[in-house]
Amino acid sequence: MRAKYILSEVMVGLWRNVTMTTAMIITMAVSLSMLGASLVLYQQINTMKDYYFDKVQVSIFLKDDITPEQRNALESQLSSDPLVKQPVIHETKDQAYKKFQQMFKDAPDLVAATKPDALPESYRVQLKDPKQYNAVALEYGTKDGIEEIVDQSKLLSKVFGVLGAAQNLALVLAVFQGLAALLLVGNTIQVAAYSRRREVAVMKLVGASNWFIQAPFVLEAMFAGIIGALIASAAMIAGKIFLVDGSLSALASLLTPVPWSRIYLMIPIIVAIGALISGVTGWVTLRFYIKK
Amino acid sequence: MIRLEHVTKTYPKAARPSLDDASVSIEKGDFVFFIGPSGSGKSTIIKLLLREIQPSKGRVIVADRDVTAMRSWRISSFRRQIGCVFQDFRLLPNRTAYENVAFALEVIGKSQGVARRVVPEVLELVGLGGKEHRYPHELSGGEQQRVAVARAFVNRPLILLADEPTGNLDPDTSIEIMRLLDRINRTGTTVVMVTHDSNIVNQMRRRVVEIESGKIVRDQPRGVYG
Repeated sequence: MRAKYILSEVMVGLWRNVTMTTAMIITMAVSLSMLGASLVLYQQINTMKDYYFDKVQVSIFLKDDITPEQRNALESQLSSDPLVKQPVIHETKDQAYKKFQQMFKDAPDLVAATKPDALPESYRVQLKDPKQYNAVALEYGTKDGIEEIVDQSKLLSKVFGVLGAAQNLALVLAVFQGLAALLLVGNTIQVAAYSRRREVAVMKLVGASNWFIQAPFVLEAMFAGIIGALIASAAMIAGKIFLVDGSLSALASLLTPVPWSRIYLMIPIIVAIGALISGVTGWVTLRFYIKK
Repeated sequence: MIRLEHVTKTYPKAARPSLDDASVSIEKGDFVFFIGPSGSGKSTIIKLLLREIQPSKGRVIVADRDVTAMRSWRISSFRRQIGCVFQDFRLLPNRTAYENVAFALEVIGKSQGVARRVVPEVLELVGLGGKEHRYPHELSGGEQQRVAVARAFVNRPLILLADEPTGNLDPDTSIEIMRLLDRINRTGTTVVMVTHDSNIVNQMRRRVVEIESGKIVRDQPRGVYG
């Protein structure tokens, strides 16, 4: 009986205030999808870091006029360097040109315009710890016969910087939308409490328990939070289908794939967050609104 | 049953206390009028007994429980032992007489079966037999107050508090409501009524506690308004 009473109060409350309920659900949905997207992006960045930083190389380009002695000295130093993963790959001008031809086979003009000896000879070195790049650069940068040292992880860091910024943007949007959603929840609960003020007064008078008085309002808020979260989940699934696997699939070779399991894992998380924060907001609003 | 022990209540920003060192003791089954002019502190007593407010000093004991020391989560179950009637009836306008009384039962967890058994009985008792399905706006003031009395009494409370219950009623109707409260009192329910209706007090000839400027100035067993 009591459950039936509370549920019917919740439904009546949501329906009486249907525009407000809708606004609440929409803002909640936007906020939670932003939050979900930012969490997925966060995990994604981590797996991409693991994936790429494992593969980054430091390229030590050699001058054209390097002497065989200088080259031998460099090679032996590299092969005994504790910072460097063995073996060290030596790329001759010839190999560099073949690789270049391979990479740019779609642009024959460019290949034709490049002479075989235009590309520098290099050592491709993987570091045991990619963060140690500066020590390596300092050690080898001043040696004779070395043209330039290029750290791929610098490039990667730029990519991750962009991804990180996107993640932060999503998070900021989530926070502000979330704030708006919570204010709407608070307002809706106040309106609901006001429209039921007579009932609330009588209930307090005849000794209805606090949880019984507050439950319909809190459930009303939680309901909106859960519906918002479900819409956000649908938006994330749509995002995976149409964005990640759709228009961005061209980048699939660059971005590591976003597995479905990661999306599915987000659903219970954002539903729980949506239900919890809106329920708590509703309850806190009531504490201020219906004293004792 | 009810004891005020040196109770002082000063509202914030008020120049003088609403109740000033008031002590009074009410036994089980008593019928007591609290009288006095507006602003004398009569209604403060009702609020204290319901634990809507806390005294600034002193103790309030209701149904052998010190309500001043009561934890806030116990207030709801405490209030189930007390019935309450007000000048403005406080009925739910979108519910019938029956539903108004049943609502009070349902929200404290009684089943609809209990309501179906008890509500017609209590509506009959207050003289509303046959009008169970009228809405408040279809009832006269006196009848609305009877619904309120039925709601207050349906739980068979130990104590019935009435805050100017006849304040909105004409003299004849007021007398009928008083007869009803008298009948409830005869079932053993302690009745505390705040009023400034001298007619009523003079006719009933019950205990009268007079308050003036927050002080108890008279406590008479079979008093008149004076």
